Amino acid sequence: MNTWLVNVTGLILIGLIVWWFWFYRPKAQRAIGSQPIEIIVMDGVYAPARIEVPAGQPVTLRFLRRDPSPCAEKVLFDSLSMSADLPVGKPMDVTVTPPQPGEYEFTCQMRMYRGALVAK
Amino acid sequence: MTAAIPVQTHAFRLSISGMSCAGCVTTVENALKNVPGVTAAAVNFAEHTATVQGNVDAKTLAAAVTTAGYGAAELRGVEDELEKEAAELAHYRALWRKFIAAAAMGAPLFIAEPLGLLPMLDMPGGRIFWLLVGAATLWVLVYAGGHFFRGAWKAFLAHNANMDTLIALGTGAAWVYSILIVAFPGMVPSLARHAYFEAAAVIIALINLGQALEMRARGKTSEAIKRLIGLQPKTARVIRDGAERDIPISEVGLDETLRVRPGEKVPVDGVIIDGHSSIDESMLTGEPMPVEKKVGDGVVGGTLNKSGTFLFQAKHVGADTALAHIIEMVRRAQSTKPAIGRLADKISAVFVPTVLILAIVTFLVWHNLGPEPKFSYALVATMTVLIIACPCALGLATPISIMVGVGKAAEYGILIRNGEALQQAGKLTTIVLDKTGTVTEGHPAVTALVPAVGWDEDRLLAMAASIEAGSEHPLAEAITVAARTKGLQLSAVVGFEAIAGHGVAATINGKRVLLGNARLMNKFHIDPGSLSERVRELAARAQTPMFLAVDGVVAGVVAVADPIKSDSRDAIARLHAIGLKVVMITGDNRATADAVAREVGVDEVMAEVLPGEKADKVTALQQRGEVVGMVGDGINDAPALAQADVGYAIGTGTDVAIESADVALMRGSLHGVADAIAISRATVRNIKQNLFGAFIYNTLGIPVAAGVLYPLTGLLLNPMIAGAAMAMSSVTVVSNANRLRWFRSSKTL
Repeated sequence: MNTWLVNVTGLILIGLIVWWFWFYRPKAQRAIGSQPIEIIVMDGVYAPARIEVPAGQPVTLRFLRRDPSPCAEKVLFDSLSMSADLPVGKPMDVTVTPPQPGEYEFTCQMRMYRGALVAK
Repeated sequence: MTAAIPVQTHAFRLSISGMSCAGCVTTVENALKNVPGVTAAAVNFAEHTATVQGNVDAKTLAAAVTTAGYGAAELRGVEDELEKEAAELAHYRALWRKFIAAAAMGAPLFIAEPLGLLPMLDMPGGRIFWLLVGAATLWVLVYAGGHFFRGAWKAFLAHNANMDTLIALGTGAAWVYSILIVAFPGMVPSLARHAYFEAAAVIIALINLGQALEMRARGKTSEAIKRLIGLQPKTARVIRDGAERDIPISEVGLDETLRVRPGEKVPVDGVIIDGHSSIDESMLTGEPMPVEKKVGDGVVGGTLNKSGTFLFQAKHVGADTALAHIIEMVRRAQSTKPAIGRLADKISAVFVPTVLILAIVTFLVWHNLGPEPKFSYALVATMTVLIIACPCALGLATPISIMVGVGKAAEYGILIRNGEALQQAGKLTTIVLDKTGTVTEGHPAVTALVPAVGWDEDRLLAMAASIEAGSEHPLAEAITVAARTKGLQLSAVVGFEAIAGHGVAATINGKRVLLGNARLMNKFHIDPGSLSERVRELAARAQTPMFLAVDGVVAGVVAVADPIKSDSRDAIARLHAIGLKVVMITGDNRATADAVAREVGVDEVMAEVLPGEKADKVTALQQRGEVVGMVGDGINDAPALAQADVGYAIGTGTDVAIESADVALMRGSLHGVADAIAISRATVRNIKQNLFGAFIYNTLGIPVAAGVLYPLTGLLLNPMIAGAAMAMSSVTVVSNANRLRWFRSSKTL
């Protein structure tokens, strides 16, 4: 196989990985009023994973865990020093208040499940 | 993007107290229905419960009922935990099924191939055979590995990459390459015509096995929580309408009367209204001695009634009991993380994309510089890099140890509020102990009775108690309590008079009685005689001696002191043994403070410190470069507890409301502090081992998988070995954390 073709493809793939995983910021879902925001926990992802919320105001996230594997059992808000145990198949409300504008990551214990609150 | 997000409603059950008539039902129902978000509310008067549906939370509902003039508490039992266990068991079994399916497919190929039992691709029927194998492997990938591919795809769409990404890419690449070779053998040189179906199947099998084993090991990490949950009995004997019956614990309402018989557990929190007993609270406080309880005393759900039968009124039920709060607090602490884990977090945030890049670089290097068949080598090395990298071990290293450590601490009656306190405890250089209530019992008691000639202890104490019966001084209380405990008869007092700074005087049975210090004796020109010597001795041992004089003649000495806890000295010796400087802080005068300090063996005494100055003293120590742990018994120590690097609230019993401390010790013994520090240090050590192991594993494993040793030794890792290593790395981390379960307090050694 053409070595040049392989090399160029490889480098393009590296570029795509850097862009897709590190530089691209998907649009955040916006919270509406004071309604809780439902987040499905399944197949290794929080859906939605990026949520836009107003800064300085409490916001309730309603986690619904459908993944029974232990990876999904906790959600941690490291920068807000909060966490919650998520029961399987039952909604769990977590109310957080991002103090100022910025990104507040929430993850599982292993940081494989990842999401972020974008406070504005 | 603005989209309506669907919201589900919850159902709540509340216990309602204070409803005396059917009219109350409407009031409570209306109060609940008026809460925004409530869609339905129904009150059951017979059960004193309410069922509410809506998009609200239990706290708001309880607040609405309270505002309406009633009491409410959410009824939530242990069902959640049981459901969780059932779901976990089902998942565990599914993992085993997937392992067996994948292994049944991969293992025979893995064994048969080196023995030359499998047909070559270019042999007659070879392609058909390998196409069938390819189809079977596809089934394995879908059935046993489908969740990895699903997870990888969803993560990809969310601009995220996780462990599923690595497994899906590694095994997916193996399968695609193999099926292409089988379908179009001419695509690659004959040397490179090797199918990797067995590698894909065996890797999927091993990773499922690893996850099952990890889940098993993880189950043990939450044993402490399960033990706490197991403390709660399933039923309670309630008295309703004069009849006793057993009901599920979740149906016990506020203010209901319950009976507890010997050998039974107390079902919920409440106050004894009839009978008395001794209760074993060790399961919650770690305190081995049973506690005597009588009418008016509080009892705590989950503790064991030893001897008597009693009736009590439920004051906290459901999610509001001390046990439920303790479980909640332990759970919360188990998910916090100390700073030591942050580096691992930063690395794991960029880990998977970095491994993807390394895998591509590996492929390119082999493809450019490797020996023939280049493509095969490049593919195997890339696959191995993807499979061996284990972000989970790195991510799990800290939280799993915290989980076991915090749980272990709870078994000792030590509630650690957060992971940061664990880490700080390892750095402490000085421990500051509040004297009253921490080193000492915190309430004065009669410690010595020295009768003069012609008197005995009981007469002396009865006389002293009689005169003090009208006084509100804490020392007076100690004397009257002592007399009451001995069942002594007190006499009527006439003309009681308190002489400030001296003592008290009164007439009892027509005799002039004085009780007070040496100054009082001087004032009335009474010679204490040989008892003066005893008084000096007692004062030197931090006791407060008082002379009792009857009609101008000394009848004896009554000494009162705040007794030093029996094990304070041993516990302070343990703190010294782990290299800590021990400082005692107190508002008491220097003589008393020094006397206590001598008895227990502290290094430094800070006496005559006003309550508001304690925090300043802690700050001063910190400015001297000390890392300070402060031990206090509550409210007046709160600022100092908060100021210290680690605050330990001691002897809070089952009242876990102390918010200013990082660590709450449920028993009164100072051994709790030594235990808390020992457990903290063991946990931090365990985290370090885990982090070190996970770092070393990945930093050595990935380059070896990429083939850096190949030019020197010809070693290239088999991807299946990489799969086994990866599967075992998380199991190792969890197992190492589980070693913390064997922690034992050195007190019992």
